Amino acid sequence: MTFAVVVFPGSNCDHDAQYALEHVLGHTARFVWHKEPSLGDADVVILPGGFSHGDYLRTGAIARFSPVMAAVQTFADAGGPVLGICNGFQILLECGLLPGAMLRNRDLRFHCEMVRLRVERTDTPFTRACTTGQQLRIPIAHGEGNYYAPPDVIAGLEAAGRVVFRYVDERGEATDAGNPNGSIDNIAGICNPARNVVGLMPHPERACQAVVGSADGRVIFESVVQALADRGAVAGAR
Amino acid sequence: MKARVFVTLKPSVFDPQGHTIAEALHTLGYGDVGDVRQGKYFELELNVPTAAEAEKLAATVADRVLANPVIESYRIELSDTAGGPR
Repeated sequence: MTFAVVVFPGSNCDHDAQYALEHVLGHTARFVWHKEPSLGDADVVILPGGFSHGDYLRTGAIARFSPVMAAVQTFADAGGPVLGICNGFQILLECGLLPGAMLRNRDLRFHCEMVRLRVERTDTPFTRACTTGQQLRIPIAHGEGNYYAPPDVIAGLEAAGRVVFRYVDERGEATDAGNPNGSIDNIAGICNPARNVVGLMPHPERACQAVVGSADGRVIFESVVQALADRGAVAGAR
Repeated sequence: MKARVFVTLKPSVFDPQGHTIAEALHTLGYGDVGDVRQGKYFELELNVPTAAEAEKLAATVADRVLANPVIESYRIELSDTAGGPR
């Protein structure tokens, strides 16, 4: 399984992602510089966290115009699995692959802490090995993760089951106390209509080994491996 | 030709920075200050001959890059390079 980890100037979770994918999970992870016009033979594309282009203008606003993003768009349109993590999620919002935008956290503080996520949907390639309602302990590290979209867009996301992850409290409920940044409806992650493009603010790649505090993030990557293996088995059977 | 572009959060979008600034101003005793909205300001030098083209170009880059239409709106003011608003 080959993962492409896209590297923008200012990405800083690219090596965390590569470490988790190669050294913990045993797959191949190749860095793809943002000026590359192609993703090569990637099976999965990861847009990692960081501060691409210094977060100048708006988070992800400059990165969306990088040459590699045309290839990411084509890959996504063809049904390829794309995961945007933190700044990667912000880039997916700016380029329109996912709807909505990020505002400053409601308390204006940068939050770097472990949060509790509830998996709302298992019908995406990045959550298919989860169970609905499963809770994951995964860290966040962002100043602008306050998810916003107009009311009609939120209603559409909810109606179509496109809210994939929600922030929850210790009882597993999506309360205000469990919401670290003010996101509407405690939204932590969403997917596109075809469900192959997923963005989330928390960092699963930083939670792949018990020694770093949690291994709950592994299931995100194991899910996509399983999804692609099943797809390959179907293709092979034809 | 120069264009000034003012980008602000839409009225329907909560502005936590503006809100915090307003609270600070109230704490300082400026009770007559109501709501505060924070925004961004850009100065563009536009190498086009007419005001109409300048307006169009400024609007194009504001739509595509300077503002995020999901959360922000913008306003454009043109001036000739000699300075001063037209």
